[in-house]
Amino acid sequence: MGNFLSLFLQAALTPEVDALTAFLVAVSAFFTVLIFAAIFFFAVKYRRRSERELPEPVHGNLPLEIAWSVIPFGLTMIMFVWGADLFFRESRPPDNATQIYVVGKQWMWKLQHMDGHREINELHVPVGKPVKLTMTSEDVIHSFFVPAFRVKEDVVPGRYSTLWFTPTTPGKYHLFCAEYCGTNHSRMIGTIYVMNPEEYQTWVSGGAPMGSLAEEGGKLFESLACANCHHADGSGRCPTLVNVFGHQVELTGGNHVTADEAYIRESILQPNAKIVSGYQPIMPSFQGLVTEEGVVELIEYVKSLSPKPGMPSVTNGIAAGTVPHR
Amino acid sequence: MITAAVQEREHYLNESYGLKSWLLTKDHKRIALLYLFTITLFFAVGGVFATVIRIELITPSGNFVSSETYNKMFTMHGIVMIFFFLIPSIPAVLGNFFLPIMIGARDLAFPKINLLSWYLLVAGGLFAIFAMLAGGVDTGWTFYVPYSTGYSNTWVIATAIGIFIAGFSSILTGLNFIITVHTMRAPGMTWFRMPLFVWSQYATALIQVLGTPVLAVTIVLVFCERFFHIGIFDPALGGDPVLFQHLFWFYSHPAVYIMILPAMGVISELISTFSRKRVFGYEFVAFSSLAIAILGFLVWGHHLFVSTQSIYAGMIFSFLSYFVAIPSAIKVFNWTATLYKGSISYETPMLYAFGFIGLFTIGGLTGLFLACLGFDVHVTDTYFVVAHFHYIMVGGAIMGYLGGLHFWWPKMTGRMYPEGWAKLSALIIFLGFNLTFFPQFILGYLGMPRRYHTYPAEFQVLHVLSSAGASVLAVGYLLPFIYLMWSLKYGQIAGANPWGATGLEWQTASPPPKHNFEKTPIVTHEAYDYSAVIGSEVEVG
Repeated sequence: MGNFLSLFLQAALTPEVDALTAFLVAVSAFFTVLIFAAIFFFAVKYRRRSERELPEPVHGNLPLEIAWSVIPFGLTMIMFVWGADLFFRESRPPDNATQIYVVGKQWMWKLQHMDGHREINELHVPVGKPVKLTMTSEDVIHSFFVPAFRVKEDVVPGRYSTLWFTPTTPGKYHLFCAEYCGTNHSRMIGTIYVMNPEEYQTWVSGGAPMGSLAEEGGKLFESLACANCHHADGSGRCPTLVNVFGHQVELTGGNHVTADEAYIRESILQPNAKIVSGYQPIMPSFQGLVTEEGVVELIEYVKSLSPKPGMPSVTNGIAAGTVPHR
Repeated sequence: MITAAVQEREHYLNESYGLKSWLLTKDHKRIALLYLFTITLFFAVGGVFATVIRIELITPSGNFVSSETYNKMFTMHGIVMIFFFLIPSIPAVLGNFFLPIMIGARDLAFPKINLLSWYLLVAGGLFAIFAMLAGGVDTGWTFYVPYSTGYSNTWVIATAIGIFIAGFSSILTGLNFIITVHTMRAPGMTWFRMPLFVWSQYATALIQVLGTPVLAVTIVLVFCERFFHIGIFDPALGGDPVLFQHLFWFYSHPAVYIMILPAMGVISELISTFSRKRVFGYEFVAFSSLAIAILGFLVWGHHLFVSTQSIYAGMIFSFLSYFVAIPSAIKVFNWTATLYKGSISYETPMLYAFGFIGLFTIGGLTGLFLACLGFDVHVTDTYFVVAHFHYIMVGGAIMGYLGGLHFWWPKMTGRMYPEGWAKLSALIIFLGFNLTFFPQFILGYLGMPRRYHTYPAEFQVLHVLSSAGASVLAVGYLLPFIYLMWSLKYGQIAGANPWGATGLEWQTASPPPKHNFEKTPIVTHEAYDYSAVIGSEVEVG
């Protein structure tokens, strides 16, 4: 029961959602009491006093009809604007958020930190730092739900969705799958550990079993023989991947696409969906040959080939074992 | 004896006997009773599933049934209650029986199609029951892909075929109602003299005809993917899983209005009859039904706020969802205003009407919460949603159905139900309902996800309250079943118009003759004109 009382100040947006809730409850309580009181009052005051009683007919009242349409509508528009504004902020991760990848599958959560830490059904994050989750599913639709942070987003196979939060109080919080996903849906749960910075450093220095995501992606890039065609200098049969991520790519047919995570993912799994201008559709699909985690590593590798100013590349920050903050 | 007195006059119940006279009947009143029998059966089946769910959730550890069984229970509870009880409930029973009589017609426009509609519901129901007996289905009533098309090892297609067939029952009933209202009104029965129940049935029929085919198409697509692996929804086959959600809710959100609009129509009749007042703002109440039917088609995307749908689409659907709230608010305010300076009596149907307004108000207002983007992200797919839609569907639709069933029982059977027992059960249902579902709002806000077989121990107190409420509610539902059966033999003989109501159905005998009226009625005044019924002694309260 302790969880109930301490459920209200756990993330940056939690008090904002609760303030909106308070407004919604207040408006609803007002109208509920108004309707209940009116019914009760009329039902008593105008109770039938004789069997042949015939009240004066009333047809209606236009000003009243307008009033009880317009006033509630005005109130709902406040709800709409307030809710939409909050939703926009819920949907837009801050630029400095720490990136974490999430892969949902029946019935577990697999989480990958940039530095190579991998967790199952657990996520360790430092207090006060915004965290951005990029999520996909290996099988059916799941939904990543942390009630204490007031956040939820579906985790859909075939695409990336994002969710972010800034935890503000150290502690343990429930992680639930909120989209029904089959037999053990109710056991697809986990724990978010929000830690003080020192504790978190200790946890991080516990060591990652493997290299960073980008490093692992580089190894995968070699072992899948991607480099046979994707030469760094652009001389291969396929386009170079250096300085591609985050840039515009011209496609056959003249369209342009921004190379983001979804584009890279699609190019690995359905390579013929979008063909870069000047190249032939010769790449085979890697569907089934590379896991969702592997795709994430490849994406991070491709990202590392397009270092942004101030962003650590494979060769310095991440490889040195520090925690990547952008 | 009194029974002898009833049997002297020929009416729809005694004009012929034998199974064949029922199974091949073209009389809308007999077909209504066939529906009544059928959906009562389905209600009982759905109730058994609900009982298993509530027993399981008394403890957090999932130790009553297995996860597989639990998942099948909530799936089949939803499917049976929605497709085989709530959607046919008021239209197919009360609408079938009374819509023609209320507009002065001798039957629906297409009596044979009406009978076919019932057979379709039964055929669909048999498929669904076969699926349940063969092993059940575990996809949730929402059938979300790719779980339903590629992962569930249960009887998805048999169930879906059942729903597909039952959908045509709904379409044909809607079509029959629309054409009947357009072409079969008695002389003098203008559109604005029609009882509001007829208006609401008309609006409902529009949704049935326009929305249900989309469900049928969606089921066919699921079938194609599950059987023939044609990639429509599954991303592994090149499909789009969110597309399914758009198609599903394009029908299933309006379907909520198929369930609640008829109940609203019943409430208008009850409030007027038991306060002896014309419904305040009749035109506004009538048009608000049409507004709900039309606007209801524009809001489906509010089920997809966290589905990865574009945030701008989410914003538009949130905005439009608030529009559909206004006609509902107009109805509630007008019903309340109808009571003002009325002559109010507290027979059982009126208690249900009061209960409906209260529970629908809470259900409707929490709908505003869910339409609010920033709030919905937190509570969607939690018990908050479960509580909300049960306030609408059980607190609203079933209260309306039971209110209407009690109100028209004397007309349908020629017998009064026992008033004391009926009031008691109405009270039990109201209290049991609130105890069952109010704690679920709190559960949802605290983060309890829906469709969970096991749950963290901190949620147990509220779950136990909910299960306790469900057992009270079960008693409340059992009572009418018993005393209504009892009343068929022992109930007081009902006169033609026991409530002093104004509708044409009260101007013919109880039970009505085979062709409803001895001669076609001629309508000379508007609905809800009590001066003609109550007589000339006027006392203004």
